[in-house]
Amino acid sequence: MNIDSIQNGIVIDHITAGQGMRLYDLLGLEKLDCSVAIIKNVVSGKMGKKDIIKIDSGIHVNFDVIGYVDPGATVNIIRDGKLVEKRTIDMPETLTNVIFCKNPRCITSTEQELKHVVKLTDRKNKVYRCLYCETKAN
Amino acid sequence: MRSLIDILDFSVDELQELIDTANDIIAHPESYSERCRGRKLATLFFEPSTRTRLSFEAAMYELGGNVIGFAEAKSSSAAKGESVADTARVISCYADIIAMRHPKEGAPLVAAMNASIPVINAGDGGHNHPTQTLADLLTIYREKGRLDHLTVGFCGDLKFGRTVHSLINALSRYEGIKVVLISPEELKLPSYVKKDVLAANNIPYVQTTDLESVMPELDILYMTRVQRERFFNEEDYLRLKDSYILTPERLWNAKEDLSILHPLPRVNEISVAIDDDPRACYFKQVLYGKYMRMALILKLLKEAGRI
Repeated sequence: MNIDSIQNGIVIDHITAGQGMRLYDLLGLEKLDCSVAIIKNVVSGKMGKKDIIKIDSGIHVNFDVIGYVDPGATVNIIRDGKLVEKRTIDMPETLTNVIFCKNPRCITSTEQELKHVVKLTDRKNKVYRCLYCETKAN
Repeated sequence: MRSLIDILDFSVDELQELIDTANDIIAHPESYSERCRGRKLATLFFEPSTRTRLSFEAAMYELGGNVIGFAEAKSSSAAKGESVADTARVISCYADIIAMRHPKEGAPLVAAMNASIPVINAGDGGHNHPTQTLADLLTIYREKGRLDHLTVGFCGDLKFGRTVHSLINALSRYEGIKVVLISPEELKLPSYVKKDVLAANNIPYVQTTDLESVMPELDILYMTRVQRERFFNEEDYLRLKDSYILTPERLWNAKEDLSILHPLPRVNEISVAIDDDPRACYFKQVLYGKYMRMALILKLLKEAGRI
């Protein structure tokens, strides 16, 4: 399979195999009209298998979403066909209006203008909870 | 602005400070009777709770302060669609401190994030009820002289019982605590509390449906009511409400110095025949709740620079 190299954009690499589509959804990449490639189950020396997302546009990507879905994924920024920045993404302490609390007893269920915030409560087990009702978010 | 939303908002040292203040109030009530002169407590009760509301109001009056507020959502601006955030901002202009009860989990936190005065969570749905926990802690402390090295049994509705979750959270920070969980299968303690609180703090615990078999081990027996308002399904409530009823006969193998606590109100889960047993502490617990609320109001108003 041949995926063209991108000239200006972002490559999200080292995504845990199977998490690519979830990341695509949470980043809202379906709204973009540029080329976006999701490559699943790529053979990886370190990971065995991994997913990769290539975005052929210099858009702003919410790195916190990447850190929430798959801490350890790497983001490569490409300018004029060259790698200008590479960073590993850590788990964010909080994430706002990305994950929505599903607890019908939560205050967010009735107060529509409230921001939906999840906070990291257990780094070791990657557990996030609703800021307000503490329901597990993932 | 310092508030009390979750019992873990306060350190163990701060909890001890509140207990010490409450004990001093009990010993010298007259020296506290003017401490809040000219200050106002707003009791914002979006869900009825006569006992907790009156406890807060009695606490503020005994400190020489005044009380404003409402006792149910339909007599508040919430009935007109006002948000919790706006209510908190508005009440901040009228009062010095807020005590809020709300059926939705997290509502007092939203209030605290928007108020310019301290907010006390007086119960938010099935989530937290930290001032009940303060009452529980003072009761245990006064009965046992310590908050560590105790075997504490929780009996009844451990799933929706927010007082249970809050007390387990609070006790998890003390040495030598053992927890015994007694409930029907459907009302077991949620797994996240077991994992995140008990297991994470290396608190030994056992789960059982049989109260009698664990009774001899207990220093504290914390009874709870199966709460109708926490069920979506009336049939489930009716099936489970009489799961555990404590009678004098059921105490046959209990320790002589067992302390029986209950956050009240009770329905029938503790027989009235137990009320005269010296091990029954639930009415003292109500009284201690008022003293802890007094201590809490004093602490928060002081930290806010309002007294």
